[in-house]
Amino acid sequence: MLRIKPDQKQRITLTVNGKKMSGFAEPRMLLADFLRHELGLFGTHLGCEHGVCGACTVIIDEAATRSCLRYAVQCDGAEIVTVEGLADSEGKLNALQKAFNENGALQCGFCTAGVLMSATKFLEEVPKPTDHEIRDMLSGHICRCTGYEQIVAAIRQASGQESGEASGQ
Amino acid sequence: TPMETYGIVAQFERQPDRYTIWSNFQGPFILHALMQGALGVAGNRLRLITSPHSGGSFGIKQAMFPYMVLMAATARILGCPVKWIEDRLEHLVGSSSAADRADSVEAAFSNDGELLGLRFDNLVNVGAFVRAPEPASVYRMHAASNGCYRVQNIFVENRLVVTNMTPIGLNRGYGGPQFYYALERVMDAGAKELGIDPAEIRRRNFIRPEEFPYSAPAGAVYDSGDYGAGLDKALELADYEALKAERDRARAEGKLFGIGMAAGVEPSGSNMAYVTLAQTPEERAKAGGRSGGLGTATVSIDPSGSVTVRTVSTPAGQGHQTVAAQVVADALGLRPDQIDVVTEVDTLTSAWSLASGNYANRFSSVVIGAITETAEKVATKIKRIAAETLEVAPEDIELVGGEARIVGVPDKALPIRRVAAQTHWHPAGLPEDMAPGLTETTVMNPPMLGAPDEADRVASAVTFGYVFDLAAVEIDRATGKVEVKRYVSVHDVGNILNEIVVEGQIYGGFAHGVAGALLEEFVYDAGGNPQTGTFADYLCITAPEVPHLTVGHVNTPSPHNALGAKGMGDGSSMLAPTAIANAAADALGTFDIELPLTLNKTWALANGLPYERAGAARAKVGEGPQEAGAVEGGLTGEGSVELSASPAEVWKLLLDPATLAAVVPGCEALEQTAPDSFSATVTIGVAGIKGTYSAEIDLRDKREPESVRLVGKASGALGFGQGEGRVRLEALGEGKTKLTYSYRANVGGKVAAVGQRMLGTVTKILIGQFFKGLDRRLKSSADGPSGGSGGGFFARLFGGGRK
Repeated sequence: MLRIKPDQKQRITLTVNGKKMSGFAEPRMLLADFLRHELGLFGTHLGCEHGVCGACTVIIDEAATRSCLRYAVQCDGAEIVTVEGLADSEGKLNALQKAFNENGALQCGFCTAGVLMSATKFLEEVPKPTDHEIRDMLSGHICRCTGYEQIVAAIRQASGQESGEASGQ
Repeated sequence: TPMETYGIVAQFERQPDRYTIWSNFQGPFILHALMQGALGVAGNRLRLITSPHSGGSFGIKQAMFPYMVLMAATARILGCPVKWIEDRLEHLVGSSSAADRADSVEAAFSNDGELLGLRFDNLVNVGAFVRAPEPASVYRMHAASNGCYRVQNIFVENRLVVTNMTPIGLNRGYGGPQFYYALERVMDAGAKELGIDPAEIRRRNFIRPEEFPYSAPAGAVYDSGDYGAGLDKALELADYEALKAERDRARAEGKLFGIGMAAGVEPSGSNMAYVTLAQTPEERAKAGGRSGGLGTATVSIDPSGSVTVRTVSTPAGQGHQTVAAQVVADALGLRPDQIDVVTEVDTLTSAWSLASGNYANRFSSVVIGAITETAEKVATKIKRIAAETLEVAPEDIELVGGEARIVGVPDKALPIRRVAAQTHWHPAGLPEDMAPGLTETTVMNPPMLGAPDEADRVASAVTFGYVFDLAAVEIDRATGKVEVKRYVSVHDVGNILNEIVVEGQIYGGFAHGVAGALLEEFVYDAGGNPQTGTFADYLCITAPEVPHLTVGHVNTPSPHNALGAKGMGDGSSMLAPTAIANAAADALGTFDIELPLTLNKTWALANGLPYERAGAARAKVGEGPQEAGAVEGGLTGEGSVELSASPAEVWKLLLDPATLAAVVPGCEALEQTAPDSFSATVTIGVAGIKGTYSAEIDLRDKREPESVRLVGKASGALGFGQGEGRVRLEALGEGKTKLTYSYRANVGGKVAAVGQRMLGTVTKILIGQFFKGLDRRLKSSADGPSGGSGGGFFARLFGGGRK
């Protein structure tokens, strides 16, 4: 069995947003820290480092996953999508991002990257969600600014639905 | 608690000595003076640079200044730049908390519901330290102590206590939620007492629309409002009559259904001087005058004709860039996307002042005024230049669609870009007396923000928005869940500058308020140890828990603001806790409610049971450290032992320093410092953590030779504690004595981390050793040493037990 010393760096190669990228990680380096500090992808944010707040959510091999609950070494060879992979190469926002922008679904923006990644997978699985389903999905994320209302509206809009329950007046 | 924690990079350079600190500090920059003083450098040698964006704050990022100083000092000592990113545990334990208040309020009403007088007795738990600007949280609402009402007779007493809890500081609403909890709950109590509908009693007492601007008895000048219209709107949106019928039906079915409401003004754009209300008028006079809340802004057009705005407003997601771009674009006839807004602050290069920063709903009440004024200055200059070129009067020029053109003659126009560029490229061609370049800065002080007077009256803020919230709740007896069935919130924010931004602030403030009412609190165990250090323990509100909100607006434009806007970020964060508490009280038929209404607490209330948090007691405000023995929980024990001497002999020996020094386990030194006081040095190991502790013990309630109470505290590098013990001596005859003891102690520090169970075991062993030693000594010395009054006994309890 391969034994790795605590400080022994491993070469990790990932496919991130369609591109092969590699860097070095000590065995206990979190995937989130690897993405930020080794690969320079600072769009992924860390809010709690124990899997509660959802800010660090990325897509690993087709599943929305907390990158603070994975070690980089566990993900060697994985295919990862981060928030940097949503807009096109010219920086043009995708439909979900545009909906966030138009609905004021972000204020400080700290939680937004994680919410976008969860919502991306969610809309693939539930293309026409109800507001209740959207809120249920969002329960895995903490947003301190928006009160969630405009996030729900944005995801609803991105799913091509006009409006759910009436809100505001 | 914002999502993004504190982050600081500090650097120190020599020749000249200068600190530079990059951080997500939110201001107010009055704290620059404090940091500069702490570091002992001139103001221009402390350079603060804040990030253009910040991952949320809600006031919390005001309280990072001590860390900024520490990192700066560390950078100097280490001779290299230092970076510190706070983690979530540090943040939840040590950053900042909203004030913990136990306020009493009395209200006098006439029989027809007129509010005649209010008496507030506010007790503020400021936590571990009184940090600047505390105790300002209890003065934020002071000038508006009448709330929305015409009441003229108000008495306020404020008292502070310091505890070991997270220090308090700015947090959304800053003192507002606490103030309205007292005021708006007593309005409901008055309504109930007098048999008047809670909506009606408020309406009868509202300041009337024709009374604005309204001088409140404690000094606030309310700019504008129509509180009755807001109430009407809320009742209409809630369908109040139908809601009351729904309540009747639900109650007929045996359900716990209640309706509650709360009304409040929203002070915005603070007068920095309200903080000095904590001082007496004499102290204020001695310190020199204080007043104001300067707003600053810079608008510049560079040689290429592009516009940049500097706001010095440290936004954390409130849309300052969006709104500033909009306002400047309107003034200059450009598109918002053509305007670049710089929000980072650099104290060496920005036009800043004490009040700069992002707090007290400052942006739309004050900063936007400075931006508007500055943009107007630039617009005026452009118009003058264009007027000269086009040979008309400046008043005949309008700025529209990127052009300076003659009103009514659209084809006589100059591109604004070219006019602006001329100020750089061809200053000699400018109108006479005109300064070259196009950089304008405004430093403005809202004129109403004067100094507090001798009676502590102060115009504390620039604009006073209005919020009326109405909640209907149903409480599940089986689970204690408070379900918000209906929630309506009506706001008067003056003219709305940006609809999406305003809505976002309203929903966000509402979520904060609901969270404060139902979920979020810092919990401590009986020993004062924080229990909510992670997001798994501190329950931030999530999407499914935020009730459906119906928002309504009334608009009375503010005369105190160039655009008629008011500050509005606090919103329902101030009133939702009270509206929900009033609704819950209505549902439960009890007035006595403490927030948050957690499931177990509400369940107990709904079932008529006493509420006690499992395994812990809430740290009680106001208990002095000397009464440490009264602390609940912690390490406790009791026992008895038979000793081979009479009570009188045991008493003598027990209180004799020499004897104690010999029998207290691990005792290295013990001396009597006063007739009833001892100090000791003891070395003890617990679970491999061996340390030396110094203990101080006092004897109380001595009744020779029957009983004594021992109160003491101990501390060492590895831990600290305090406790109390009781000893009773009882003659058994034949020269024997039964000694009964009990003790209770609280332990903190590293040694506490080994756990109470381990500490309990070790304590028992130590006590056993002590009595074995004592008994041996009693047997061997028939003529034992004479003892003064002394107290080493408890050295084993406190010196030994708590280690």
